[in-house]
Amino acid sequence: MIKKFIHQFASPKTYLYQVDRFYSYIFLISLITYTISITWGLLYTPEDFVQGNSYRIIYLHVPASFLSQSLYIAMAISSVTYLIWRVKLAAYLVIAIAPIGAMTTFIALISGSIWGIPTWGTWWQWDARITSTLILFIMYLGLISLHNSFSNHEKADKLLSWLVIVGAINIPIIKKSVDWWSTLHQSASITLTDKPSIDPVMLYPLIGSITGFFGLVICLVLLSSKYQIFIREKNKSWVKDYV
Amino acid sequence: MNPIRKRRVYSILFVLLFSVSGISLILYSLNSNLDYFFTPTELKDRNIPSEKRIKVGGMVLNGSVERASSTISFTITDYENSVKVVYEGIVPDLFKEDSGVVVLGILRNKTIYAEEVLAKHDENYMPPNIEMNNDN
Repeated sequence: MIKKFIHQFASPKTYLYQVDRFYSYIFLISLITYTISITWGLLYTPEDFVQGNSYRIIYLHVPASFLSQSLYIAMAISSVTYLIWRVKLAAYLVIAIAPIGAMTTFIALISGSIWGIPTWGTWWQWDARITSTLILFIMYLGLISLHNSFSNHEKADKLLSWLVIVGAINIPIIKKSVDWWSTLHQSASITLTDKPSIDPVMLYPLIGSITGFFGLVICLVLLSSKYQIFIREKNKSWVKDYV
Repeated sequence: MNPIRKRRVYSILFVLLFSVSGISLILYSLNSNLDYFFTPTELKDRNIPSEKRIKVGGMVLNGSVERASSTISFTITDYENSVKVVYEGIVPDLFKEDSGVVVLGILRNKTIYAEEVLAKHDENYMPPNIEMNNDN
């Protein structure tokens, strides 16, 4: 039964109709969650004992950084799915996620730079965390332009998927960069193993903002994947009926 | 799983293995060259030649900050070794005693003449009033 469900869902047509069914709910819930969390974080949490008010950009910076890496992992999983089972939808997802990933990485870099000016006293330093995140951004751009440079879509999909898998090595490097090397960037405040080193009154809106931002970015991915389906299946009769 | 898919799985694992081992070897050989700064202990162990521009990071030793007109001097410590820093200019707002700092400067007579002083903060965030009760 699960197999049948996956098979059905993997057809672009079913996917499209399911996306339409759930899109507005996901969007609305995420928008409300993010708006509440960021208002809570910006206006109703106390100042930080060291950084004062400037720490509040955490409610944008951390969600964006988290998503920039999560989206890459999603791309890698889709790539593996495509390469092994040749599921077309997975290939569409890979190229649909790439620009959204580039966008979140860009937000992470910019918000980090803005945060760095009042706290570190600099907006850019070549430490391991910042540099590896910049590499992630360049990788996203490279993957997008590689895919665009092919006129043969199927060839582009295969090459893209292989490159995404090779590039996935950068994700653990970004994650562990602050532990393996000395960096200007601080270590992680939220980890799976230890108690968060961020006070609960600041942590709850942060978790809310990560969840809300996650949902909003998922909405972008859904729209972007719809666009890919339209481009790639434009000659199919069901697409013509849909439009 | 059918044999074609099995072969694809193996080739993906193969590519992963190669990229992981390749990058690991590169990172291993670069080793501490990827470090953003030296600690005072590393500075002592490595015999850095003088007149070389380096970055040193650590904590600002409590009670070591002295200000004279536009010049500020302080000691960076990692609680084992320490090094004196002289800097002319404005330090970041977060710069204070007992907190993190990274300086870029030239090492001369065991003193660093800094060109740039950056504040490094840690991953702890809390409201100001809780800090008092949590002082352990």
